[in-house]
Amino acid sequence: MRPARQRIDVYFLKLIFKNVFRAKLRSSLTIIGLVIAIMAFGLLQTVVDAWFAGANASSAARMVTRNAISLVFPMPSYYRDRIKAVPGVKAVAHSQWFGGIYIEPKNFFPQFAVDHENFFEMYPEFLMTPEELLAFKRDRQGAVVGRKLADQFGWKVGDVVPIRGTIFPGEWRFTIRAIFDGKDETTITRQFYFQWEYINEYLKKRFPRRADQIGVFNIEVTDPGRIADIAKAVDAEFKNSLAETLTETEKAFQLGFVAQSEAIVVAIRVVSFVVVFIIMAVVANTMAMTARERLAEYATLKALGFSPKFVAALVYGEALMLSSIGAGIGILLTLPVASGFANSPAGAIFAAFKVSSDTVLMQMACALVVGLVAALVPGWRSARIRIVDGLRHVG
Amino acid sequence: MANTLVEIKHLAKSYTRGGQAVPVLYDITLDIARGDFISLMGPSGSGKSTLLNLIAGIDKPDSGILRIDGEDITKLSEGELADWRASNIGFIFQFYNLMPVLTAFENVELPLLLTNLSKSERRERVEMTLALVGLAERMEHYPNELSGGQQQRVAIARAIVTDPTILVCDEPTGDLDKQSAADVLAMLKQLNEEMGKTIIMVTHDAHAAEAARRLVHLEKGELIGDATSTAAH
Ligand SMILES: Nc1ncnc2c1ncn2[C@@H]1O[C@H](COP(=O)(O)OP(=O)(O)OP(=O)(O)O)[C@@H](O)[C@H]1O
Ligand SMILES: [Mg+2]
Repeated sequence: MRPARQRIDVYFLKLIFKNVFRAKLRSSLTIIGLVIAIMAFGLLQTVVDAWFAGANASSAARMVTRNAISLVFPMPSYYRDRIKAVPGVKAVAHSQWFGGIYIEPKNFFPQFAVDHENFFEMYPEFLMTPEELLAFKRDRQGAVVGRKLADQFGWKVGDVVPIRGTIFPGEWRFTIRAIFDGKDETTITRQFYFQWEYINEYLKKRFPRRADQIGVFNIEVTDPGRIADIAKAVDAEFKNSLAETLTETEKAFQLGFVAQSEAIVVAIRVVSFVVVFIIMAVVANTMAMTARERLAEYATLKALGFSPKFVAALVYGEALMLSSIGAGIGILLTLPVASGFANSPAGAIFAAFKVSSDTVLMQMACALVVGLVAALVPGWRSARIRIVDGLRHVG
Repeated sequence: MANTLVEIKHLAKSYTRGGQAVPVLYDITLDIARGDFISLMGPSGSGKSTLLNLIAGIDKPDSGILRIDGEDITKLSEGELADWRASNIGFIFQFYNLMPVLTAFENVELPLLLTNLSKSERRERVEMTLALVGLAERMEHYPNELSGGQQQRVAIARAIVTDPTILVCDEPTGDLDKQSAADVLAMLKQLNEEMGKTIIMVTHDAHAAEAARRLVHLEKGELIGDATSTAAH
């Protein structure tokens, strides 16, 4: 009669747990490595996510028109009326990158000079009261700022914010007239908007040749399904003119921005996986050393009648427990570290630096793969060890 | 013969080393009676451990017959052999081979995990067996908290807790001081005489061999002498 099937119960888990912490120094170092690797992986994934977050938040009904040569070249302001006349165009506004410095460069946040009459009508995801919006429109030096930005510097409506221009030299003073919230999590609320007329009036006086120039036109279309055709029609309008245009969807425009740094994004992605790969090698090495030291024990278990599967399960269990402990701590630490980074000056360049649930799932998946791969060879060897050979390892 | 427990005929075993077959056992023929206590002696490298391992079912012969309790164990698959060992063989090793992360209690309980016994039945069996080897007070101790002699007694408890037919002991006193060795031998003798365990023990020590009922000498893979111990009886 065959004896009962082997029980995999509390006893088994206890054995694995005790085995994990047998070589305390080695296990601790491996776990520290796992914590750092899993955390680094999560943070790097979050950086990539944050990079794309702006593009993903864009509307499918909006396009951006810029100078076909480069973003740094402007277009004449009279293009506005011609764009408006293109069939399918519902509304037109414009915006200009300002690039000023608030007190010191590390306080970086994006600033745009916008068409105050039309811009915010086109961006319903920026939530503010009609009274505040009206106050902004009535004040040439008024500004509209995002909630996160206001919170970062402790600004309130009515505060005066001085900004030193770089592209547009001089000391500029703005009065905050409105603070907007985002419609949802994906809406960026770190920007600073003010009236394009404010700088244009100044340019007219000081540098007339630079006046009446537009950085980009923001266009809303009537039918998002025809957006590609409408974009073509806009560009056709300015074919062979002094400043030819390039019109693309807002998303494509933002991704183009991201694409400029695509090499960096790819590098970050690659590095995040290299980190996981390295820790896989480290854990595999730990498991190989461990299993080699325990050959006599595994041989003894097999002599007592335990199956090769049981021995393999011990090795796999140990590797998985090791990687789960490391990954668990790593995941728990990722959240506070990410939010610490998001609130730091360096993190301010990202709209939403938030660890997504996908990232956490990927961290878990990495831990699982690391554990399984690390146990592969040692598990196979330990299970296959001939009892008499294993027993000769004693002493 | 019903009283023969181990029946060995023309058993041969060689190991391959560097691509060459090195014969270790030649044509061994030996019967071991049920309830016997046999001591295997011989110089180092003569094949004592190899023979013991074959009988214990942890190694396979190249040729010959090896029947235990009427069953030809050379015909069993690896899985069947594992189950067979679990219910028929108790192992005692020179270096005890206890799991260092498990207490004395847990070490003795280990082979019982392969049985159908409930947790409380296992506890009862383990406590009884540890009391039998005089370690009732040391159940919660880890191996490194026990002396060599005590560890070997835990190993003996682990070997007998499943109530196997045969105890195989490879130099069970090889790592012990004189007093502990004497204790272990007395215990084996008691298990043989009072509980009817068949014991096969490999030893270098002539003094230890005296505990057995029968002495078998191996030399270069061949049986060269077989005597019934006079000192013991
Ligand atoms: N697994 C193995 N692989 C290769 N050779 C082996 C193996 N096991 C034993 N041998 C060889 O077989 C011979 C007999 O070994 P065995 O261990 O049976 O001797 P022994 O009589 O028990 O010796 P000792 O008294 O030193 O323990 C030796 O020459 C040994 O080197
Ligand atoms: Mg030997």
